[in-house]
Amino acid sequence: MTILLNRRGMLIGSTATGAALSLGPAFAQAPTQVGFVYLGPPGDHGWTYAHDQARKAVEAKFGARVKVNVVENVKEGPDSERVIRQLATNGNSIIFTTSFGYMQPTLRVAQAFPKVFFEHCSGYLTGPNTSNYNARYYEGRAICGTIAALTSKTGTAGYIASFPIPEVVMGINAFTLAARKIRPDFKVRVIWVSSWFDPGKEADAAKTLLDQGADVLCQHTDSPAAMQTAEQRGAFAFGQASDMKAFGPKAQLTAIVHNWADYSISRIEAAMNGSWKTSSVWLGMKDGMVKMADYGPGVSPEARAAADKLKADIISDAAHPFTGPIKDQKGVERLAAGQRFTDEQMSKMDWYVEGVQS
Amino acid sequence: MSTELIIAMIATIVTAATPLLFAALGELVTEKSGVLNLGVEGMMLMGALTAFGVTLSTGSWTLGILAGALAGMTLALVFGFLTLTLMSNQVATGLALTIFSIGLSALIGTGFAGKPVPKLPPVWIPVLSDIPVIGKLLFGYDILVYLSIASVAGISWFLRKTRGGMILRAVGESDTSAHSIGHNVIRIRYLAVAFGGLMSGIGGAYLSVAYTPLWVEEMTAGRGWIALALVVFAAWRPWRALAGAYLFGGITILQLSMQGLGTIQIPAQVMAMLPYIVTIVVLTMMSMKSRRGGLGAPACLGKPFRPAT
Repeated sequence: MTILLNRRGMLIGSTATGAALSLGPAFAQAPTQVGFVYLGPPGDHGWTYAHDQARKAVEAKFGARVKVNVVENVKEGPDSERVIRQLATNGNSIIFTTSFGYMQPTLRVAQAFPKVFFEHCSGYLTGPNTSNYNARYYEGRAICGTIAALTSKTGTAGYIASFPIPEVVMGINAFTLAARKIRPDFKVRVIWVSSWFDPGKEADAAKTLLDQGADVLCQHTDSPAAMQTAEQRGAFAFGQASDMKAFGPKAQLTAIVHNWADYSISRIEAAMNGSWKTSSVWLGMKDGMVKMADYGPGVSPEARAAADKLKADIISDAAHPFTGPIKDQKGVERLAAGQRFTDEQMSKMDWYVEGVQS
Repeated sequence: MSTELIIAMIATIVTAATPLLFAALGELVTEKSGVLNLGVEGMMLMGALTAFGVTLSTGSWTLGILAGALAGMTLALVFGFLTLTLMSNQVATGLALTIFSIGLSALIGTGFAGKPVPKLPPVWIPVLSDIPVIGKLLFGYDILVYLSIASVAGISWFLRKTRGGMILRAVGESDTSAHSIGHNVIRIRYLAVAFGGLMSGIGGAYLSVAYTPLWVEEMTAGRGWIALALVVFAAWRPWRALAGAYLFGGITILQLSMQGLGTIQIPAQVMAMLPYIVTIVVLTMMSMKSRRGGLGAPACLGKPFRPAT
């Protein structure tokens, strides 16, 4: 069952049902209410779309045992706090808040509702009844970089980026490092479009990068416009957050797919049987939270083999995308040979590796 | 930079400016008649959605673009009915129109997400399109680009040289005077509002069938608001609106291009501000030169008119 509510609907929505707040086997017959808060529309074919896939998986898995309540298009900030509070008041037992900016609002509401469980995606703080979860997207970026180096004819890739925050910088660096491992002279041109979602501007950036000699595009923005531009120009591109094959059947080499389904299901199960505990997880390909879409026709057997090997090595921990020696743009060594960055170091990355042109 | 790179850049600038130009021209005519329609973003969105849907189902760009224009016009007429006949507040109604359209287009468009349509092809002009450099620079665009430039010339001529244009301006400058000499103010404003919607609809259609031939929610990403601002900074003059749109598009692409080349080290956030700053400064300077008191806003802009009975 799904109930889609808009924000106006929330205000006039049902009142709290105290019974639904208390958990446990005694209430096994009544469906457990699960809340989801989305930043964008599920039709964005990117970030929110991936979260909505998890919502669908939850419904498929639990059937009538859960009742899912979704609120979409919730702006970060005070608006989100009101929405999260409303979901808690309306009897949801576990609430997934799926954007970085919901972190503080989630924690504040969690304090007022100690019996409700909160799951915040992509932040770094936790509380007694608030967990956080995020994916190691950079592992996927390393796979993309490997394929890019073995696919590009010009030796230059274009990277369409949103905002210079550590998560995006980390992706650019992982991509570049992996590509230069195969082709030491590989270059990555970066264009910041200062937006997560502006199809026109993303397409303009894609055209500009292709005009400047890039023949493989990677993006850290949410619309499929760059993929489509690559398809029109006969170039290659990597999909972002979800499979974008429909927009670039020839162009898409692969895509980094976020898979939140397994995690969401396991947490809801824990909430149902009373075993829920606060946790903070950053999961990657090993746990299936980061997946790669099927290879496109542009991936050569050689690139396929190299990508598969790297994937296997990352999963078995034989390889790490950030293994020294790593030099920054100015040639200064940031990591000695053989060492790996810690999670802490990665989450504060604010410099580019050698080979990034920005 | 090589010549090829510059030509490619100019081609990108032209396509980036075209949707802004269509919307700005439509709003310019609407405002000249004394009506302020803040629903441009919404009309563009509905135009984009309708044009995409019709192109997808019929396979015809012509039908798609016409449908987009019609959708924009229909929405504008709803606005006209509310503000001109029922005399509701224009600012609030325009804003409501945009908010309503964002929701409605998202709802109708759910089935279209993820389905690409072929891109509107460039017109191929024999001989001319084959000339190296100039051929690509001047004769390599799709039909809507040429239509947008022709519209600038047409609207400029209409407003300055024709009787109809004079009446439209009179209605915008002094509705009571125009009414007292026998012009039907409400009817003329309806026509201007409808034309504004039509042009916004085409601007939106350009986005979804030519610029980025796909449908995603809120794909206009604020272009309607930029078009509204362009009208003001262009001091309600069509050719200046063209200059503004191309300047804005130009600086946007130029800053992307400079980032890619990595020639100068300026923070990306500053680069992102450039198009707004440069466009506002340049257009304001242009308007200051020819200012005869005020920015040239139609005197009756935004004021409801109730004909004396």
